Parts: sequence; C-alpha cells; structure tokens
Amino acid sequence: MLKTIKVPSHITEEKLVSLYKEMWLIRYFDEKVDQFFAKGMIHGTTHLCVGQEPSAAGAIAALKDIDKITSTHRGHGHCISKGANVNGMMAELFGRVDGYCKGKGGSIHIADLEKGNLGANGIVGGGIPIAVGAALTSKMKKEGYVVLCFFGDGASNEGSFHESLNLASIWDLPVVFICENNQYGMSGSVKEMTRVENIADRAVSYGMPGKVVDGLDAIEIMNTVYDAVERARQGHGPTLIEAKTYRWKGHSKSDAKKYRTREEEEEWRKKDGIKRFRDLLIEEGIFTEEKAKQLQEEAKQEVEDAVKFAENSPQPSIESLLEDVYA
Amino acid sequence: MREITYLEAIREAMSQEMRQNEDIFILGEDIGVYGGAFGVTRGMIEEFGPERVRNTPISESAIAGAAVGAALTGMRPIIELQFSDFITIAMDQIVNQAAKLRYMNGGKGKVPLVLRTPSGSGTGAAAQHSQSLEAWLVHIPGLRVIQPSNAYDAKGLLKAAMDDDNPVIFYEHKLLYKTKGDVPEESYSIPIGKADVKRKGKDVTIVATAMMVHKALEAAEELAKEGIDVEVVDPRTLVPLDEETIIQSVKKTGRLIVAHEAVKRGGFGGEIVSVIAESEAFDYLDAPIKRLGGLPVPIPYNPHLEKATVPQVADIIEAVKETVHF
Repeated sequence: MLKTIKVPSHITEEKLVSLYKEMWLIRYFDEKVDQFFAKGMIHGTTHLCVGQEPSAAGAIAALKDIDKITSTHRGHGHCISKGANVNGMMAELFGRVDGYCKGKGGSIHIADLEKGNLGANGIVGGGIPIAVGAALTSKMKKEGYVVLCFFGDGASNEGSFHESLNLASIWDLPVVFICENNQYGMSGSVKEMTRVENIADRAVSYGMPGKVVDGLDAIEIMNTVYDAVERARQGHGPTLIEAKTYRWKGHSKSDAKKYRTREEEEEWRKKDGIKRFRDLLIEEGIFTEEKAKQLQEEAKQEVEDAVKFAENSPQPSIESLLEDVYA
Repeated sequence: MREITYLEAIREAMSQEMRQNEDIFILGEDIGVYGGAFGVTRGMIEEFGPERVRNTPISESAIAGAAVGAALTGMRPIIELQFSDFITIAMDQIVNQAAKLRYMNGGKGKVPLVLRTPSGSGTGAAAQHSQSLEAWLVHIPGLRVIQPSNAYDAKGLLKAAMDDDNPVIFYEHKLLYKTKGDVPEESYSIPIGKADVKRKGKDVTIVATAMMVHKALEAAEELAKEGIDVEVVDPRTLVPLDEETIIQSVKKTGRLIVAHEAVKRGGFGGEIVSVIAESEAFDYLDAPIKRLGGLPVPIPYNPHLEKATVPQVADIIEAVKETVHF
C-alpha cells in the first residue's frame, strides 16, 4: 500500500519501478541519438524528447495493453512506453532491415501496430484525425479499446486538431487527446502563437472536459489520463489534457535556440521529472538510491546494446525499394 | 438486361457490399436523410442506420483522417467527398497519410478505404465545384485512381475498389450520374487496371476518360459516316494503367488522340502519350499524336464559356480528321 501517492488501482509498486527505468531508457535513447546525429552516423532528421519523459511514460502507464496511441514527430518516448524494443528503434534510425520500418520510415515514422502504436507522424497534427478514426473502429466493432492521441502545442493551431476534437465529441468516441505543451513549435513560442492561457481551455469549444497537468509529474499525468481513458471507455466521450512540459534540446538538428534563453532552459532542467520521480519512490520506500542507480545503469546498457544490434543489422537491399507500396 | 443509372449503380454496389460486410461503412457530408448532394446515398441511412451511414460535420480533413484511422484498425470506410474540388482540404490525410502509411511502416498495416467523389464541369457550378484534378492523385505512389465512364463499369469497379486493400480514389462524373446503362442485378467485379475498348476501329485510336468517352463515341459515329473507323479506348483506371491495351490499339491504328476534361497542361493525357512514345507502338505512328484537354483557365460560370473550356464533340472530330489526313 502506497503511503502518499495515489495511483490507478492497476499500478503496482513493481510497475512504478519499471516506469522509472523506462524514463531513463527514453532519455538515454534520445541522448544517444543526439550523439550519433552530431557525429553524422544517423542521417535525415530527428526530434528528441529529452526532458519530456514523464508525459510519455506517465500517460501510457494509465493504458491497458489493448489501448492504442498515435504519436508525433517527437515520438521516441511514446514508442518506448507503448512497448517497442529499443533494438528495432535504433536499427530503424540507422536505416537497417531490422528496424521497425525496415529502414524505410526513420525517426518520424516509427509505428508498432502489434503493440497498438499507430505511428509517429511527420505532419504536425496529422495523427489527430487518425486517432479519431481508430476510436471509431473501437466503437463500431465494440473492441473496448481507447486511443490516446499525442500531439504538441503547435498542432493545436492546425485545422485537423479542431475538426478532430469536434468530430470525436459529437460521436462520443473513445479517444483522449493529450497535448504535450513543450512551449515551442520549432521556434514559435506558445505565448506568441496562441492567445488562450491554456490549450486545454479549447476543450470548451468542443463540449469536452479540459485538464491541465504538470507535464513533469508522471503520477499526476497517469491519474489524469487514467480517469479520462476510463471515462472514454465507458462511452462518455473524449477529454483534452494538456501537459505543461519542456524540451531540453532544440527542435531538430541545427537549432541554435535563438528564440529562448539559456536561463529559461536551466530553470526547466532543474525541474527534471525523472529525478523528481526517483525522489518520490525513495521517499515512499519503494526503492533505495542504490537500486535507482542500478536501474539507470541497466537502461544505459540497453541503449548500448541497441546500438550494437543496429550496427550489426544489414542495409536493406535495393530490390526492397519497390516493396510494400501497395498491399 | 435491366437498365439503371450510373448513380443507382454506385448506390447498389455500396448497398450490396454493406449487406455482406459489416466492416464497410460510409461517411461524409449530408449523406444521411438528405441523401448526399447528388442523391447517391438516398435511402441508405434508412436501410443501414446512422452508425453505418455517418453524417459528418463539414470537416474534410477529419473525415478523411478518421477514415484512414478506421481503415488502419480494421474497418473498410467509404468516404463521400461532396465535390472533388474539396479534396484540397483533405489532401494531407490522403497524400501524406493514407498513401504512405504502409510503405513508411515497412509493409505493416493497410489502409483499405475508398474515396468517392464527383468531378467535372457542365453543371454551371463554376470554378470551385467543377474541376478535374485526377492527375494530382495519379502522381502519388500508394493510391489507386479509378474513373468509370458508365453505369456498368461504375458498379463493377466500385465493388473492386471496396475489395481492394489500398486507398482508392473513385472519381464519379456529375454529368454521368443520370446516364443509363445495362447493369446486372447481382454483384460483380471489374478488375482494377483493365482498360475497355468501348468501340473497335482500325483508323485511329482515341483514349478518353469519363465524359470524354461519350463524346469520343459520338464523334466516332459521325466520322463513321465519312468512312473513318475510330477505336475508343477507356482506361477506366488511371492507376494502375492498362498500358498494354493502349499500346496494342495504337499499333493497330497507327494514330492516337487523347481526350480528357482536365486541364491539358500537366494532365493525365501527357502520361498516356508518354507510354506510347516509350513503347514499340511509337514506330507504328503515322501521324503526330494529338492531345485534347481543358483550357488553362478556372471553369467559368457562363454556360457558353463553360462549354468552350473543355473539349466538345466537334473538337474531337476536327482532331481526328487532322490526324487521319496528316
């Protein structure tokens, strides 16, 4: 029995421990990608979610295995939390055949349909109507799953966001919209690009509940998402949740971050959600500092192993180029 | 055989499949009790109910995207897009999502959806409700593009489209909705990617699509009186294109005219001409190829101007004569 933390009933102490490791796995994965990118070992582009781990891990921990997600261009965290293995992810970033998309998708197109991850998306707001459609399937086929739809503050100014929330609401679909407001859509700050105080305030327009949560508090996110997901599962329709968070890195490659100050970055780094989660679990007596360190090391090692796996995976053959355009 | 309209053939194809397959449903604007802007879905909500004939808000991006998401998770949606011009608003979901998801995922997942939409001019609906934009979609790997020209083809090709596991763009033509033809009552399928020779002839080949098939046939009747024997080939599906039937026809006649309503510049006719230019049929040509297509202007409102924008029977007759007497 947990002393101070309230969590959904299916969340065990063991789950909280694994969640801690999961957040480090996300962080180390993206830190490693960042290093390889700088060295020119990964090409194309990539968007890192370092600093945003609690909103991915906390939100997805609230789901059942049958539930589905749609993700974004900044989606490595969502992917890991929904059960993808980092070997296949790293191999994809290396463009190899053992990658999740056989090397044809890369960072912004990783999907893991078996685990219910309908995919990252290279188009801002592109996944939002897709989540609505997946929720429609659940309703029409009575499959009982809920779709958790991730997107960013930038996407909330896309037409697809407004059309989708309205449609999901009038049809009472089992979908929960979660906006990871990391304060910037590339260089455009949310203050500059959006007049409302909270993106969650927009829920009013679509006749659904809107909730603001601390995006660095994995427990608060988990509880809020859990309530919204169960509400949706019972047929009461969608909720819009906004998690206030911050991306530590730039938007993608070659971002000099001229649009924000180093002081602002330092302020957010001090609020590191992973360390906060660790302190909470120690305080609860769920694990010791030594155990926490050990889990962190294990996560680091898993990423190192993923790199080895990726490096050893073959390049796709030129013959594979024309495969899979049509079913 | 029983005669029904092109519009009824489309409705019948959908209704027959929906009776067989619970996964098929239709979504779009005003498709419920209103019966759709052109009446194609009339009576369907009464038979299938509002769960399977889903009346939507005016939200083309969400309509298309919801269909993509539903298709990806096991349904087989049919989108009715009220006018094909509105594909502009649904384009991200069709081009960047539906067409590419399977490939981007390394062959995992499929997006079996049909987007039905009326195109073409001739109704006085002017510039934003009369376009023929099929060439845009043809350009996108991952999509299939179908353009039936009569009731029989419409029913059989729509059945094939609903059976297909890929996103299919199904172009209907507004002026064809009321045209009648022999259509079997039972369900049947026409293979996607099979052209149809609508009229056999030996002097000149006209490859025409949608409304132009009818205009080409009318021109052929006139020309027959002057002893010119015209063959009319209807590709029926633009992607995949039945190149072989077109090549064989041109090898036989040695002359080619391509006619479509879409703007000639960048139109699909250029693709057909290129197929011939790159094939062995090129050596058989006895005259330069002619392309007939829409003028490079937005479709005007005034009926005389509207008519003058797209090729008419007289234009086809003139082109055939120039080609034959080259």
